[in-house]
Amino acid sequence: MRERLEQLKAEALEHLRSVADAKQLDELRVKYQGKKGKLTEILRGMGGLSAEERPVIGQLANEVRDAIDAAVSAHSERFEREETERRLASETIDVTLPGRKLPRGAAHPLNRIIEEIEQIFIGMGYQVSEGPEVETDYHNFEALNLPKDHPARDMQDSFYITEDLLMRTHTSPVQVRTMQKMDGEVPVKIICPGKVYRRDDDDATHSFQFHQIEGLVIGKNIRMSDLKGTLLQLMQELFGSDTQIRMRPSFFPFTEPSAEVDVSYRKKGAESTGWLEVLGCGMVHPRVLEMSGYDPKEYSGFAFGMGAERLAMLKYGIDDIRHFYNNDERFLNQFARQ
Amino acid sequence: MKVSTQWLSEYVNIEGITPEELAEKITRSGIEIDEIEQRNQGVQGVVVGYVKHKEKHPDADKLNVCTVDAGTGEDLQIVCGAKNIDAGQKVPVAVVGAVLPGNFKIKNAKLRGVASQGMICSASELGMNDKLLPKDQQEGILVLPEGAEIGLPITQVLGLDDAVLEFDLTPNRSDCLSMIGAAYETAAILGREVKLPAIDLIETGGPAADQVSVTVENGELSPHYAIRYISGVQIGPSPQWMQNRLMAAGIRPTNNVVDITNYVMLECGQPLHAFDADKLGREIGVRSARDGETLTTLDGQERKLDPSMLLITGGDRPAALAGVMGGLETEVTDSTVNIALESARFAGSSVRKTSRKLGLRSEASLRFEKEVDPSAVIAALDRAALLLSRHAGGAVLHGIVESKSGAVGEKTLSLSLPKLNAYLGTDISMLEVKAIFARLNFKCADSAQGVLDVQVPTRRGDITRDVDLIEEVARIHGYDNIPSTVIEGPTTAGAYTKSQAVRRAVRRTLTHGGFHEAVTYSFTRPENTQRFTAFSAGSYAVPLAMPMSEDRSVLRTTLVPLLLEAAQYNRNRKNADLSMFEVGTVFHGSEQKVTKQPTERTMLALLMAGSRTDETVGAASRKVDFFDLKGAVESVLEELGLHAEFRADSPDGFHPGRSASLYLAGAPDKRIGVLGQLHPQLQLDYDLDDTYAAEICLNDLYAPAAPEIEYRDLPRYPSAQRDIAVVVGLDVEAGSLIAAVRESAGELLQDVRVFDVYTGDRVASDKKSVALALTYQHGERTLTDEEVAAAQQNVIARLEQSFAAELRK
Repeated sequence: MRERLEQLKAEALEHLRSVADAKQLDELRVKYQGKKGKLTEILRGMGGLSAEERPVIGQLANEVRDAIDAAVSAHSERFEREETERRLASETIDVTLPGRKLPRGAAHPLNRIIEEIEQIFIGMGYQVSEGPEVETDYHNFEALNLPKDHPARDMQDSFYITEDLLMRTHTSPVQVRTMQKMDGEVPVKIICPGKVYRRDDDDATHSFQFHQIEGLVIGKNIRMSDLKGTLLQLMQELFGSDTQIRMRPSFFPFTEPSAEVDVSYRKKGAESTGWLEVLGCGMVHPRVLEMSGYDPKEYSGFAFGMGAERLAMLKYGIDDIRHFYNNDERFLNQFARQ
Repeated sequence: MKVSTQWLSEYVNIEGITPEELAEKITRSGIEIDEIEQRNQGVQGVVVGYVKHKEKHPDADKLNVCTVDAGTGEDLQIVCGAKNIDAGQKVPVAVVGAVLPGNFKIKNAKLRGVASQGMICSASELGMNDKLLPKDQQEGILVLPEGAEIGLPITQVLGLDDAVLEFDLTPNRSDCLSMIGAAYETAAILGREVKLPAIDLIETGGPAADQVSVTVENGELSPHYAIRYISGVQIGPSPQWMQNRLMAAGIRPTNNVVDITNYVMLECGQPLHAFDADKLGREIGVRSARDGETLTTLDGQERKLDPSMLLITGGDRPAALAGVMGGLETEVTDSTVNIALESARFAGSSVRKTSRKLGLRSEASLRFEKEVDPSAVIAALDRAALLLSRHAGGAVLHGIVESKSGAVGEKTLSLSLPKLNAYLGTDISMLEVKAIFARLNFKCADSAQGVLDVQVPTRRGDITRDVDLIEEVARIHGYDNIPSTVIEGPTTAGAYTKSQAVRRAVRRTLTHGGFHEAVTYSFTRPENTQRFTAFSAGSYAVPLAMPMSEDRSVLRTTLVPLLLEAAQYNRNRKNADLSMFEVGTVFHGSEQKVTKQPTERTMLALLMAGSRTDETVGAASRKVDFFDLKGAVESVLEELGLHAEFRADSPDGFHPGRSASLYLAGAPDKRIGVLGQLHPQLQLDYDLDDTYAAEICLNDLYAPAAPEIEYRDLPRYPSAQRDIAVVVGLDVEAGSLIAAVRESAGELLQDVRVFDVYTGDRVASDKKSVALALTYQHGERTLTDEEVAAAQQNVIARLEQSFAAELRK
């Protein structure tokens, strides 16, 4: 019996060694270990053994069964693994085919930069103010210390509708309206973004319609140095923390002293930085304060204004202002990043 | 203002400073230098030569062979083709080795077999601007004055070694429309002295008052009017140095008299006018023009005058437009002998009005508009008279004939040092402030502790308040020396208003949903205001008074046509797949003839055309349709927490069967938007394929919008879903079915939606089958089948009753 078991084990292991697939394996398992299998058949003869032999043969039989089991399950795992591999191989896709993207739209680059600036100023405690685009001569000019027939009106050639109504040439009338509404209250801290219009022949750098972002602060002890600090912070947030600004004396009828602001700027591919004019500003002219109900002896303020087109052209390297108004899909699409 | 540095150096020492350095310093102190023009365009080794002989070239008709003394020791033989060359002339000679502009090197040459040792030059060969040359020098070689020294470098004779700084002046700095003003500015910046030209005028002959009288009717428009009488002038060219300076300033030399008036205007900033005294007559007047009067100005144009214009008259006949331009009839000509020289002050606003009305701007009007220095009137008159006696051989008669109303003296302003430092955020000492005023040539004196009385020179009419003085101190002190500080005082909270937040939410929803944001022009063509009139009906389009073109002549009344034009622009560039929107202002006037501001509304417009997605593996592209547009509108409203009703409608401009009007829930009478497919006729007009557009008035959404999120507890008990399909007439709207379901299903109904609509063989041809999914739920317990069945029964009964619906099994 011992020999038959040993022989069975050797035979089974030999058979298993050459098994080719899961089906054959199952057949062999049944052949040796099934209810009618060879091992069962041998074990059925256990009844004729002596009491001494029985446990010894029993143990041997268990060993034979375990050995066959182990071999079967090893093969079975192999076949399963191979089967999985085959299936996965058959499911292979071409990952280089294009994906299906989420729809992506773009905020217009002008509104994008306006919003960026709004966020910076909201962070500094400013409100955003708005007003009409068709303005009265009073709000657009006179209340800003630009009386009729003043030569400084030549600085802004206007689109008139009637003698008294015109397309606003700057967003400063929003400042005037805000001051009037505030009725002497301080502090005033606003920025005024919006469309403005000036008679200009359109070319790569001029547009009769453009966007301005102006700011106004009125309070006690507002200093020109505060203006400089505010603009430095703005430009560093917009163009990077190593950005520098410089102020040059200039003239606006509604501010005194007045300044133009240049920002340090490195052109694409250029080695060194140069200065580029981006902004006009100054201390609010006492006439303007008086006309809008603030006593210049008690209060002072600063104001600044910049063109969104110019800033966007600088920031994104756009070379023609007309792109902003053509709404070419290929242009807009480039601003789809959040 | 073009400022010759050579000329400037006569009034202020600029030695040791390059034109570039000077330009930078001036720019940083408040006057931008736009450009530095080098007058020498690359001339080297060209000298003054004397033409001794001229002979015809043996083999060329048009050439001459000249013998020229160019101070080189030996006479040069030079072949010259200019018609005006002649023996006895002084001419510019480019000798062998000389260089002309364009790096053109002069070598020994042979012209038609005759050797030529150099070249006789024209003005343009020397790089001079043709437009600025006197008329007789524009062709042929440049003939120099007889006195020109042989062998002298031509650059010296013509003043070419000069850099001209272009001052881009702001309107307040008209004081720098003069060389003396520029000198004061330069001196202040450099901390150097100003030297003014001496006026040592000698008067001869009888009194000028015997020759002319002056009567001014409008003293307020002409507060100072002065005449000098110069007799016996000889008209001829002005000295070369004067011509050089005029050309450097961009003014073409004419003759000695005109050149002198221009020269003194450039020097002092005071425009002058020389009349031919014999043509003008003895009685000089200043008065307003009368209706119907005309005057032919120097440029040969006949001008129609009106009473708003100020005139200079001779014997009451119009002779000049005060401060704008002289008349042709009294012009100085070659035969002029006696001159009435005018120097005056005219009200800037009057000159400006006249000049604008006539579209006539001159160097004079430019200066008068900005008000001239009251102290310069007589100084300039005397200076010009002096130059006329020197360079035009005239005798300056005794005295000035003038009319003057009211004296203008220097004003004194008080400046407080503490205020100055508080205003600028600086810590400038009194000593420094005084030093700055000394540099500016402003006299000042202490008036109280920390307070200065500053005397403002009359040339600086722009300085009227203490803040103007603060600016003067700041700019000379240097804006770079103002520190950067943070605003002191109470902190404020910044935030968007609700309407601003709504607009941001709308824009964000659409960009995240794949729409590109457009920005179009506010000006459009009139036809575009007669279309898509849903919101403009009953109002008037607002036209511009003087549009730049018909296409941009009126304010837009709707955004839709502008987006259509953008779509057309894109279609022409093969960008056919478009999802775009714009948030912008439209303008609706309330009157036919505009007298008040129009109503401005903020609109949202959407446009869709072509396909929504690219065709890709496993997903076909699909043309957009009404429901893509509607879905976008619904998403926007959902973002704002709003519900709206879409009513079949045919708003102006849209396809009558594929368009709708939009009403907010709870306000069934107020249309807030329109949407649909573009009317096929308009699609043709704008050259577009099927295009869908919407326009919504955002102003109407600000108040009802509820952008805040309100959390509701999650349901704890399961919901039950029941689908039903009903067969109804083709004209029954899904919206009516849904409304009927909502009304009849009772409180347990949570949601109902249409998930299929079928027409075809399995229903009658005039019917459709609509499949609805109903969701029932109770907040506090699980529903029983009976409850749901009862609700379904009610729904079915209602649909049968209201729509003759048949339940489809």
